Amino acid sequence: MTDIHEQDSAAPPDRTAVTGRRKGRGRGEQPMVPDASFASYYGRPVLNKPTWQARDIAGYFFLGGLAGASSVLAAGAQLTGRPALARGCKAGALVAISGSLFALVHDLGRPARFVNMLRVAKPTSPMSVGTWLLTAYGPAAGAAAVSELTGLLPRVGRVASVAAGLLGPAVAAYTAPLLANTAVPTWHAGHRDLPFVFVGSAAAAAGGLGMLVAPVAEAGPARRAVLTGALCELTAAARMERTMGLAAEPLHTGRGGTLMRAARALTVTGAVLGGMLGRRSRAAAVLGGVAALAGSACTRFGIFHAGVASAEDPKYTVRPQRERLRASGL
Amino acid sequence: MTGTCEDPQPRVGFFTDTSVCIGCKACEVACKEWNAIPDTGLDFTGKSYDNTGGLGADTWRHVAFIEQRKPLGGQDTGRSTVDLGMPAMPGQEEGSEFRWLMASDVCKHCTHAACLDVCPTGALFRTEFGTVVVQEDICNGCGYCVPACPYGVIDQREDDGRVWKCTMCYDRLGAGQEPACAKACPTDSIQFGELDVLRARADERLAQLHDAGIDDAQLYGRDPDDGVGGTSAFFLLLDRPEVYGLPPDPVVTTRDLPTMWRRAATAAGALLVGLAATFLGSKR
Repeated sequence: MTDIHEQDSAAPPDRTAVTGRRKGRGRGEQPMVPDASFASYYGRPVLNKPTWQARDIAGYFFLGGLAGASSVLAAGAQLTGRPALARGCKAGALVAISGSLFALVHDLGRPARFVNMLRVAKPTSPMSVGTWLLTAYGPAAGAAAVSELTGLLPRVGRVASVAAGLLGPAVAAYTAPLLANTAVPTWHAGHRDLPFVFVGSAAAAAGGLGMLVAPVAEAGPARRAVLTGALCELTAAARMERTMGLAAEPLHTGRGGTLMRAARALTVTGAVLGGMLGRRSRAAAVLGGVAALAGSACTRFGIFHAGVASAEDPKYTVRPQRERLRASGL
Repeated sequence: MTGTCEDPQPRVGFFTDTSVCIGCKACEVACKEWNAIPDTGLDFTGKSYDNTGGLGADTWRHVAFIEQRKPLGGQDTGRSTVDLGMPAMPGQEEGSEFRWLMASDVCKHCTHAACLDVCPTGALFRTEFGTVVVQEDICNGCGYCVPACPYGVIDQREDDGRVWKCTMCYDRLGAGQEPACAKACPTDSIQFGELDVLRARADERLAQLHDAGIDDAQLYGRDPDDGVGGTSAFFLLLDRPEVYGLPPDPVVTTRDLPTMWRRAATAAGALLVGLAATFLGSKR
């Protein structure tokens, strides 16, 4: 039999709740919706799950966001005369984007063929768009950091800083369409709000970095970045989870749920400790900065793992599609 | 050379009529043999006669086996069935009706193919036959097509790093041959041909089955207005698609990509403006 409740005793416990089948004592509520069961092929996933490694790809999203938003902070710091903040953020952006590029290439099945990404430019592929963005942004961020740290070619460095600052937001934002432009239920269902979750998370991370590298007197923009970034991320994430239906479930359960809860706690801690108390205490700023960075990383890993979990369980694919067909009268 | 251009090559496809599939797996074997696909080991699922599991990098045809306590549609066996004392399915009364569904699954070669859309290297391309094929000398194993496919077809080969899937035997098509699976199918459950011809034939077959009282029979992937624009490989199923492990209403993910890009552009703008605003006000 193919009805999942008929055969799969190895299914996760939530399966039985979903199918309305009660094993054992027969306690609990009667389902109000008459047929909440769904059929599957021996409980096997409909989708092939992503082959991406969490450390590489979620790490790449985190580092890319950190780099992109840090470049904006660096450019602003340079233009408003905050040398320590500018220097730290430029260096941070270079380290982050290098790490992000390494992770991206490392995750390829054929790393030596990375340059094949440059054969074409395809707007239908966020990965292609991202490759070209990084091709423009990477050298700019690199030139800005090298000029800053060595003192060579200061004028080129200033231009590169502004260029990196203008490209940075795109680098931080494009990863949301990259993830959402898949058939993975939890990634795709959040496609409207995910870009705002990601840029909020990126701003909070960059603010966290700014608070770590700059003295309290220069770190005002970094503190405000953590506060506004955290606010943007948390409200966008809440909105996303409200609107994505069943696909929101993996953001609350399992490893994805744990990471998302950790992300919320760390981001709030970062905002309160760094964004508010960091104005008076260097120690609070450092702790808050670390919390904000960790929170941003947890957000990306949480969304990554939730998506993988949603691809592994056929109910997230079948049920929303079946409901859509039912609603359209088929 | 009169300046008019005839359609040089009509779109071709598979019509897989599962109502005549006998589950022999000749298609799986022929596919493996012709395309020199590595073995997937000797797995034992313990669920049914299907020990292949599903489509992947090394499985381009997959025969599903489904056991159901349902009468065979349209079959009149008379009232005097003999109880052979066969064991009953758990939770079912003895002697009730029983049917097997078998279906050979394959890459759908979608009209709007997500794998093709998201491929950042151009390794995936649309052939002159309307099919979708990976160029293995270009694929760099980024893996983006794997979660993009709404059917779970394409996958990465672990020791190789690149992605692989059905090519509809592109080499054979070029030589005017039908694909290996269709050639090997002993019951013509897998039919290869021009898509328009196959669609007309499928409509006829569906009407025949409905007339015979098999009301659950349905075409899957036949409709050019569905979420993927119809598929080159389409099916006649005897139950809902999800019973066979197929998504009931797949949609190409790139349909929503314009929205995603708009929202991402807005978000990027908000990030730029928002971070710029943090420099306003006090010097601290």
